[in-house]
Amino acid sequence: MFDSGELWSSIRLTLLLASITTAVLILVGTPLAWWLARSRRRWKEAVATVVALPLVLPPTVLGFYLLLALGPNGPGGWVARIFGGRSLAFSFIGLVIGSVLYSLPFAVQPIRNAFEAIGERPFEVAATLRATRADAFWTVAIPLARPGLITGAVLGFAHTVGEFGVVLMIGGNIPGRTRVLSIAIYDYVESSQWTQAHMLAAGMLVFSFAVIMSVTLIEKHLKRRQA
Amino acid sequence: MIVQSGWVRTTFHTLLTCVALCVLVSCASRGDKTVHVAVAANFTEPAKEIAQLFEQKTGNRVLLSFGSTGQLFTQITQDAPFEVFLSADEETPRKIVAAGLGLSDSVFTYAIGRLVLFSTTLDLTDGLSVLRAGQFQKIAIANPTTAPYGVAAMQVLKSLDLETALRGRVVQGNNITQTFQFVDTGNAEVGFVAWSQVIGKDSKSIWNVPQELYSPIRQDAVLLKKDPEVEAARAFIGFVKSAEAIKIIEKYGYSAPQ
Repeated sequence: MFDSGELWSSIRLTLLLASITTAVLILVGTPLAWWLARSRRRWKEAVATVVALPLVLPPTVLGFYLLLALGPNGPGGWVARIFGGRSLAFSFIGLVIGSVLYSLPFAVQPIRNAFEAIGERPFEVAATLRATRADAFWTVAIPLARPGLITGAVLGFAHTVGEFGVVLMIGGNIPGRTRVLSIAIYDYVESSQWTQAHMLAAGMLVFSFAVIMSVTLIEKHLKRRQA
Repeated sequence: MIVQSGWVRTTFHTLLTCVALCVLVSCASRGDKTVHVAVAANFTEPAKEIAQLFEQKTGNRVLLSFGSTGQLFTQITQDAPFEVFLSADEETPRKIVAAGLGLSDSVFTYAIGRLVLFSTTLDLTDGLSVLRAGQFQKIAIANPTTAPYGVAAMQVLKSLDLETALRGRVVQGNNITQTFQFVDTGNAEVGFVAWSQVIGKDSKSIWNVPQELYSPIRQDAVLLKKDPEVEAARAFIGFVKSAEAIKIIEKYGYSAPQ
């Protein structure tokens, strides 16, 4: 069923999915984290809780809701109709949406922590120098929060690579479009092709180790430079 | 043990009596065994009903685990705690016997599955034309690497010479249950599912795939080698062959082997 071409296509697809997801995570997650860190609204913790939900919800819950939401009777179907489709399930876009939701807490929480760690003082100084709020955000907050941004990006990327349950439920296992690495491994195991399963699984193990290790080292390095 | 004061002795004796009574009661109760059965996902409903009837008749307990045939096979090779395996194909029980994990004389066909095309949006009275016309964006099948109904679906597409035409539109469910879900939620307009899943639904939404387009989906059962062998497991296998069980199997849209 599988040849090495299919194997590489699932690796390529996974990396592409993780890269796009990470870009969206940073674009969406940074303002969100900023708002969560700075806002004084009472209900912000309710928003923070919603963002954190994927940490505890089983992927099957998210997958089930996504399957309905992406389908012809949900918002995904309305969007798909604009492009002449009927459902966003089984599409790469659908996977990106699912991955962004599923990895959101992994990106938002480190960024929010980094923003919160800055404290009031640098912004007061920036204000006395007549920096607008936007100036302060770009020239003070973002540079100071860099370790958090990097951690958020790396964790979001890694978590997307490791995603399985959501993709299984909304992906449809299409080679080159939705058959990502974790699904390919599952197929290999289920069809007793253990050599290939071993290869990919060992690769994932090494990759995950490298990711977590590098996050720790980068954070250490950046904090030392800032101190 | 030296029991000194009176109340300690009394408590001790009471406890001892309780334990003895419990042991006696549990031994005396009829059929106190538990059978662990691994069931291919497509056979979920009939298996539940058969298990319930078996429990009523014998007093034994049946614990059912559902999954795709491939997934259950992998678990069985890793010494999963099942005594009986109701597979969705004939090949996997054979592989289990070959691996020394099952009893060869216990293998038998308990049901023959039928493949249907199913849709919630299209009129499938003439399913063949619908397939040929291809007026749909997605067609769902079970994963042919792991699910026998997926293999059968691919055979149908091949027999109809539609394999290349539909290639870009095929989406795979992890098993036949998920495939049904894809169609039922409308994410795929059509899909090849098991007749047992759609029995009782509007006949316009179902097309019975002609039997000559795919090889029959014979679902075999096997008794797994366990040490010590569980007698209740044998009894369960025997019960699946009984007239009562066959009635249930046919009710859910499977043919019973002749």
